[in-house]
Amino acid sequence: MTSLSSSALRQAGRLCRRTAATGTLISTTARVANAPLQQVAQRRYVSESRQDNAQVKVDTAIKLNKDDFINVAAQSPDGSNMMVSPMAEVLKQATTMEEGQRPIYLDMQATTPVDPRVLDAMLPFYTGLYGNPHSRTHAYGWESEKAVEEAREHIARLIGADPKEIIFTSGATESNNMSIKGVARFFGRSGKKKHIITTQTEHKCVLDSCRHLQDDGFEVTYLPVQQSGRIDMAELEAAIKPETALVSVMTVNNEIGVIQPIEEIGKLCRSKKVFFHTDAAQAVGKIPLDVNAMNIDLMSISSHKIYGPKGIGACYVRRRPRVRLDPLITGGGQERGLRSGTLAPALAAGFGEACRIAYEDMEDICCNKAPSLKNIFSLSRLYDAKRVKKLSDRLLKGLLSLEHTTQNGDPEHFYPGCVNVSFAYVEGESLLMALKDIALSSGSACTSASLEPSYVLRALGNSDESAHSSIRFGIGRFTTEAEIDYVLKAVKERVDFLRELSPLWELVQDGVDLSTIQWSQH
Amino acid sequence: MATAIQALKGDAPQQARSLYRQLLRQGDQFAAYNFREYAKRRTRDAFRENKTVDDPRMVQELIQKGLKELQVLKRATVVSQFYQMDRLVVEGGRSVGLSGYGVVDLPTWGKKEQTDS
Repeated sequence: MTSLSSSALRQAGRLCRRTAATGTLISTTARVANAPLQQVAQRRYVSESRQDNAQVKVDTAIKLNKDDFINVAAQSPDGSNMMVSPMAEVLKQATTMEEGQRPIYLDMQATTPVDPRVLDAMLPFYTGLYGNPHSRTHAYGWESEKAVEEAREHIARLIGADPKEIIFTSGATESNNMSIKGVARFFGRSGKKKHIITTQTEHKCVLDSCRHLQDDGFEVTYLPVQQSGRIDMAELEAAIKPETALVSVMTVNNEIGVIQPIEEIGKLCRSKKVFFHTDAAQAVGKIPLDVNAMNIDLMSISSHKIYGPKGIGACYVRRRPRVRLDPLITGGGQERGLRSGTLAPALAAGFGEACRIAYEDMEDICCNKAPSLKNIFSLSRLYDAKRVKKLSDRLLKGLLSLEHTTQNGDPEHFYPGCVNVSFAYVEGESLLMALKDIALSSGSACTSASLEPSYVLRALGNSDESAHSSIRFGIGRFTTEAEIDYVLKAVKERVDFLRELSPLWELVQDGVDLSTIQWSQH
Repeated sequence: MATAIQALKGDAPQQARSLYRQLLRQGDQFAAYNFREYAKRRTRDAFRENKTVDDPRMVQELIQKGLKELQVLKRATVVSQFYQMDRLVVEGGRSVGLSGYGVVDLPTWGKKEQTDS
């Protein structure tokens, strides 16, 4: 098949070259080719001294411009470019025949695909079982309620809690808001507990909740993090005051994957009689968690980070000792009055199934035993976790073998499914553009629309340049070895390609220290 | 698998082998690349992991679990085939790029650059 289509393509190409009507195609290719050529001409010194480096990789060059060809066909249906479109058509057909066009998904921190088993658990609730789970008077309601309660049990079991302590919400953002604002408002009423501690690397929704509380007269401490991304326990202890109501530290960071010392923070908070909230959206189902062993009072969980449906999450609220909070949403009094509103049985069932699958994977170590985070990846039953670790090691080894690449965050304490790497002298956004065939992100999805450097990386003490040149790779249950190999090859080629375009890289190759340069003002 | 299960009485070995084949075949029906690969890999690894199980009750339990998974798989693959997406760039056994077609003029950048300088 390959030889057949390639010979057809070759013929088409020859045809195109011979005909005068190909002017447009040639000019487009020439235009595309020109830009780097000019750059090359300016970089004469480099191309002479390091010839191998300055050459453009053939694969990269074509891959980068493949879309141009396809677009040509789409834009010229009128036949004026008769010789362009057949060629483009052949090329387009050949590419779709030989390989797909859909990018590889490597952004598991933003969201994960819904597991087919989860969808299978949800479908009955979209077809036959449509009762309101709060209806107590008929069988339609009972069957929905039963499903919701089962889901609640699965979630509770995964984190070692009691099912009654699980409150369904719309997602981790709502859970975070509910926990932070709820506790602060309830205990702030007396006027004594008006202080909250959080970290600089938290998710935006935690930081924003705190910002709102500041406007309401609360005092908020934003703890700095160390270079590794973990907080300093001594600093936290020093920050806790008698009027502190709540400490909120995320378990696994969404951008750099760093795991915070949750067990120690929990112990400290319990001894100081301060409530401890943790945003575990990225951690639940991926690393073992036990709310009792870790002294966690409030925990935010999200369904769509663990292969469940979007639109549902949960908040763990401890009952003994009881954590009291002001509900954000009031009304019918569902969910212990903490979150009114009719539940979505389909979403809850899907969420529960996702938790059941995750629990099955790590049940040996979940059951009420104090899990130690250090050696979790050496246990036998962790099928997904071990696999993610294996793929992550492979990816990280390949990426770090490139020149001038560094991993962001603590290399010891990080969740292997989140690999954040800085490629020096490459603009992160342009690398993302060049890697159109891989779905990646430079930071959290919430901030991917802005070109600001990631505040998480800035908090680690990284420079603006380093923060700008970082890319996050998310590995999950459905990632394959072939995808990792493809990504490694593509990243390597395109990083080389982009660096060859960069005048900074040229200077670095010459041995110039970039920090010593006096840039003239414009 | 064979040694562990041959020790058993009844048709458990045959049952297990048939289930294994069915699961693999059904998993191959997923339209989505990632799910397809996962289904096949998970089946293979689960059978390999439990190949030393020789307690007949345990074997029966595992087979029942496998049969349940097979039912889910059958439904999930049908749904997957209804909503087909474009194929991924890694599918089709081809690596990055289009080299080998020899159609496009672009790959000569490197050569031009050499003659220029």
